[in-house]
Amino acid sequence: MQIKESPESFDVIIVGSGAGGGMATKILTEAGLSVAVVEAGPFFDPASPEQQTQLKWPYESPRRGAGSTRPFGEFDAAYGGWEIEGEPYTRAPGTKFDWFRSRMLGGRTNHWGRISLRFGPLDFKRKNQDGLGDNWPIGYDDVKPYYDKVDKLIGVFGSKENIPNEPDGFFLPAPKPRLHELYYIKGARKANIPVIPSRLSILTKRINDDRGVCFYCSQCSRSCSVYADFSSGSCLIFPAQKAGGQITLFNDSMVREVVTDDAGKATGVVFINKKNRKEYQLNAKVVVLAASACSTARILLNSKSKAHKDGLGNSSGMVGKYLHDSTGASRGAFIPELMDRKIYNEDGVGGMHVYTPWWGNDKKLKFPRGYHIEVWGGMGMPSYGFGFNPNWLNEYVGGDVGGYGDSLRDDVKKFYGSTVGMAGRGESVPMESNYCEIDEDVVDEWGIPVLKFNYKWSDYEVDQAEHMHDTFEEVIDGMGGTVLGTRPGRDKQFGLEAPGRIIHEVGTTRMGDNPKKSVTNKFSQLHDVKNVFIVDAGVFVSQADKNPTWTILALSWRACDYIIKELKSQNI
Amino acid sequence: MDRRESIKSLLLGSVAAGLVLQGCAPDEITTATPEVSQGPFYGRTPDEVIRDKKLHEEMFFNEHELSTIAVLCDIILPKNTSYGSATDVGVHEFIAFIVKDMTSKKTPLRGGIMWLDSFSNKSYKKDFAACSNKEQLAICDQIAYPGKTSPELNGGEKFFSSMRNLTMTGYFTSKVGIEDLGYKGNMPNVWDGIPEDVLKDHGMAYEKEWLAKCVDQTKRGDIAVWDDKGNLIS
Repeated sequence: MQIKESPESFDVIIVGSGAGGGMATKILTEAGLSVAVVEAGPFFDPASPEQQTQLKWPYESPRRGAGSTRPFGEFDAAYGGWEIEGEPYTRAPGTKFDWFRSRMLGGRTNHWGRISLRFGPLDFKRKNQDGLGDNWPIGYDDVKPYYDKVDKLIGVFGSKENIPNEPDGFFLPAPKPRLHELYYIKGARKANIPVIPSRLSILTKRINDDRGVCFYCSQCSRSCSVYADFSSGSCLIFPAQKAGGQITLFNDSMVREVVTDDAGKATGVVFINKKNRKEYQLNAKVVVLAASACSTARILLNSKSKAHKDGLGNSSGMVGKYLHDSTGASRGAFIPELMDRKIYNEDGVGGMHVYTPWWGNDKKLKFPRGYHIEVWGGMGMPSYGFGFNPNWLNEYVGGDVGGYGDSLRDDVKKFYGSTVGMAGRGESVPMESNYCEIDEDVVDEWGIPVLKFNYKWSDYEVDQAEHMHDTFEEVIDGMGGTVLGTRPGRDKQFGLEAPGRIIHEVGTTRMGDNPKKSVTNKFSQLHDVKNVFIVDAGVFVSQADKNPTWTILALSWRACDYIIKELKSQNI
Repeated sequence: MDRRESIKSLLLGSVAAGLVLQGCAPDEITTATPEVSQGPFYGRTPDEVIRDKKLHEEMFFNEHELSTIAVLCDIILPKNTSYGSATDVGVHEFIAFIVKDMTSKKTPLRGGIMWLDSFSNKSYKKDFAACSNKEQLAICDQIAYPGKTSPELNGGEKFFSSMRNLTMTGYFTSKVGIEDLGYKGNMPNVWDGIPEDVLKDHGMAYEKEWLAKCVDQTKRGDIAVWDDKGNLIS
């Protein structure tokens, strides 16, 4: 089979269209560069009637929203999941790691929680405090101007709080707390932990004439049809197209490798067109990888040549190393005072209106690094699973459990909106021994060697999960609630989710000043190859307890400014 | 009556009930309404469309099994003075689909029906569906209360619990069930906090300092402008 070479040459090829790729598309085309965006999934626009799931009812589907083909339910706007047919990955013995991929324009930005937190000054320099891992080669002051610009461009609601490691930004106003969130506020204060308005990239106020304003359906995970939440397609790529940017979109196009010349410089990429199963080559002056931390590592490791024997950008041997995800543990509670509620529309925005930022930076604890707490609850729209065990909470208030008949209706109504949950999302310690590599024995259906994961949590993360449960129980007690379920013990790692489950995997191509210990420099440029950049979360040295997206966006913008400058100076 | 017709007749009830209970006026919409696509789409990918088509064409339960499921559905959730029964809103149809969609449910449900018939035959020398309502309820009473079941009937209890779960979820995700529940959302609105009377009932109040951080909905349409320090000034 012959690789078909496109006669067209681009200034930049961007691999992947999620947060990092979308931002690169916008910034680079605004600078007048011609860009090819190569995306492994189909085109997606949440405003398209064929693709829209927002405001659909469960009964419009024969499975009532069940997650048979999409892990977060069939209305969720992620085409993919932890398992994708035809695109396997493997795990070393003893490893638990699940890899979530979303194959579509915009990638995982279409369904994510929109929790948009800046890393704080401490988050870039954790080694200074605990001696573990490494510091970033940059600090908060380097990124702050970009966070500011991202806030204004994309929009994030929140509140000025003056908490040192939770930097304030240019916020839109926050939505008022819902009832269960007032209970959470009460419980958090009794437990002596902070609680503040959440910070989500959802437009509670207009920011420009191209995007709508939130109409409070709570369905950001379905991707907003009026573009009132942040998705890469609707907020970055479409506006860039509308502004006349030179963008060629290659959808359903899975990049196999970056091609280099004899001198080792990148000349383009080879991708497989998923529709006709043929290979194509695109050429460009610069290659920007934004395929996600693990996919980018895979592309680099599969890009072997005479000049790059161990894979592109891998002279340090660090590609794939230091893979890490956020920690996660959760707990549910029953709040008797929330029984027999008066029913009104409290959908609100997608996700929580309040949250608890980490409060323990100055505390002596058994584990390093912290976590934030997310809250859920309320009288949400029923979906598959609603009504299961309709009266099991009678266990706590008296009455039959099980049974049949009209009384089940009353039971369901009695308990509707009376349960809440909280989830901790924490910082893990990056380890060289947690990594992904190429499994030479296995290829996917596109003939591309797949990733093999090697990952184990350490006691740091397990101890942190234990602390999460202590906190949850204290908060629930303060809410006047009853903790549901049994507390998982150390044998179950205190309910710590397997790595990959929180979908914040980062670190596989980390940045650093030392080319022997890192893959890119502090501008996200490969140490080994000057015209290849990485603008996904692969460059993260450490993943704070904050969700990674806002930092991906800021660092992508920063890298693009550098690319533009270097192209102008003819350095690349 | 052949199998297809029999199933069709089983399903007729749901359509009729659906029509009767439609037509409540939506709340007044106070903001730009997104266009909600009507019709056959609910955001399926081409692969999902193919998968659904195959599932719809597949027949899993036979006529007897479907009848038994329908009887159980209406025991679990009978009609009341305001709302129809589970089969009135097509819950048996939903169950017939979901086992094809979640194949791990096939054997437990098919086997559970067989278990129920065997048990019923022992007691009444009839299949469950052929028993009188009184006899059916007498059987259900022995397997409907987890924790109170004789150990030798545990298999029946598991089956009944599955049927209860599927019936309840099928009902409360139906149009009628959602109306019965009273869920008020899934429509464009401008959410501006918890109603006053609810706050009062719970002995709660919004704090002034907190509200100062919250959205002024009269200005939601004004384009955001900040001063250099990040204070919103529009």
